[in-house]
Amino acid sequence: MSVLVWVEHDNASVKDATLAAVTAAGKLGDVHALVAGKGAQAVADEAAKIAGVAKVLLADDAAYEHALAENVAPLIAGLMSGYDAFVAPSTSHGKNIAPRVAALLDVAQISDILSVESADTFTRPIYAGNAIATVQSSDAKKVITVRGTAFEKAATSGGSASVEAASGAGDAGLSSFVGAEIAKSERPELTAAKIIVSGGRALGSEEQFHAVIDPLADKLGAAVGASRAAVDAGYAPNDYQVGQTGKIVAPEVYVAIGISGAIQHLAGMKDSKTIIAINKDEDAPIFQVADIGLVGDLFKIVPALTGKL
Amino acid sequence: MKILVPVKRVLDYNVKPRVKADGTGVDLANVKMSMNPFDEIAVEEAIRLKEKGVATEVIVVSIGEPKSQDTLRTALAMGADRAILITAEGEVEPLGVAKLLKAVADEEQPGLVILGKQAIDDDSNQTGQMLAALTGWGQGTFASKVEVAGDTVIVTREVDGGSETVSLKAPAIVTTDLRLNEPRYASLPNIMKAKSKPLANKTPADYGVDVAKRLTTLKVSEPPVRSAGIKVADVDELVAKLKALGVAA
Repeated sequence: MSVLVWVEHDNASVKDATLAAVTAAGKLGDVHALVAGKGAQAVADEAAKIAGVAKVLLADDAAYEHALAENVAPLIAGLMSGYDAFVAPSTSHGKNIAPRVAALLDVAQISDILSVESADTFTRPIYAGNAIATVQSSDAKKVITVRGTAFEKAATSGGSASVEAASGAGDAGLSSFVGAEIAKSERPELTAAKIIVSGGRALGSEEQFHAVIDPLADKLGAAVGASRAAVDAGYAPNDYQVGQTGKIVAPEVYVAIGISGAIQHLAGMKDSKTIIAINKDEDAPIFQVADIGLVGDLFKIVPALTGKL
Repeated sequence: MKILVPVKRVLDYNVKPRVKADGTGVDLANVKMSMNPFDEIAVEEAIRLKEKGVATEVIVVSIGEPKSQDTLRTALAMGADRAILITAEGEVEPLGVAKLLKAVADEEQPGLVILGKQAIDDDSNQTGQMLAALTGWGQGTFASKVEVAGDTVIVTREVDGGSETVSLKAPAIVTTDLRLNEPRYASLPNIMKAKSKPLANKTPADYGVDVAKRLTTLKVSEPPVRSAGIKVADVDELVAKLKALGVAA
């Protein structure tokens, strides 16, 4: 069986999410990686070094620069004549593109898999992670997206794949990229961080969010996250959001501060290794999943904690 | 332009799902069902576009058991003009739904189809993208802002790390993210009025679409349960625990 993996990148380097997808794909068969972009030779060279990648296809064309699904999906669907499965990480690009590929191939997609049970059987979360479904696909070709935190990351060295050029139809003429606003952060990336400090609505304001959460995160070398309530209230930008509708994370330590623990939030972080909760409401649902809980006023506790570290 | 809005009847988001003891699925007997929250946002956006004079008519469509009619009535009460119910036995997968919606789109010729980005039951996040592929239209997924100017649809999308803006040629597909808008509540008079709005009853056979399942669910199980944690009394004890975990020096 041969598998084509979508390489997530920014036309300069390979994004970490790709590495978990390579591991998942490796459980199915020979892994080839697709780099679609503009001026992405460096990305292809980097992808060729990933352990487990046998070949890299580089589709270098201005039409693929921003990974617009309208342009990229036909490219992938065309290449799929030589593959049994297409695997993409569950990133915003992966989720945008993969279903379009699946429909072009007339196959169902298996979203956000947690494990590969066999060549056609996978587990995936449903109902915001409150249930795990084991599903078997009857389609000849599989289209799969992979939950990054459920698989080990493939090593970024040790591979020696060849890089070959690939091409597709190019610009479909349906859409164009206007611009992007990427939030700047000096801290580790949320989905890749070992430690995450996350704040909720109890922080009360944007100023207090930064005044309380940021120093602790800096002390711990942690990424900063937020609950949907905190994001909706404008305390934190929306790419901080951890949850069913935001990012799914599984760090070694997750510190939930002033977060009640709604189902939607838990779906995004309950696979963290150790969960620490600081909340003044001792009946908050977050304490049902927390390994270590401290009941009290976060405005007193967190600065004291930061001071003692 | 006409706007088509597909809506799905799902387990209410406030209800904690219970996995059936025999592992065949989630127990949906006698539990509260509602419109998928992302679809409420889609209906709201369509109605706002109508209020701005961009849209001429808002058509809502639902696929599923006969009770999905309630979900369509809710959308009509919010302000949609008419509804189409495609009654289907059992669960229809996103690919099947997308094929039915393609057939509806062929018939109705909407300028825009607005869907929720994902349903909170199967968490697939596929239908909008699949419909875009089948119709050959552009897609603006995870939209936090939608502007229609002539036959151009400008969509601001929520992506990892921030947001990006794409320009699509109409007709186009948009899927909604949570921050697109705040859906309105249907007022009692509007709920009464919605009862007399047109609702067409169809079946997949009417559209000649095969909705056979491609995926077989072998088992549905509870997620692994986390072992009970401990509560610490004060900050010092918490610091000691953090040190024991190796995250603090």
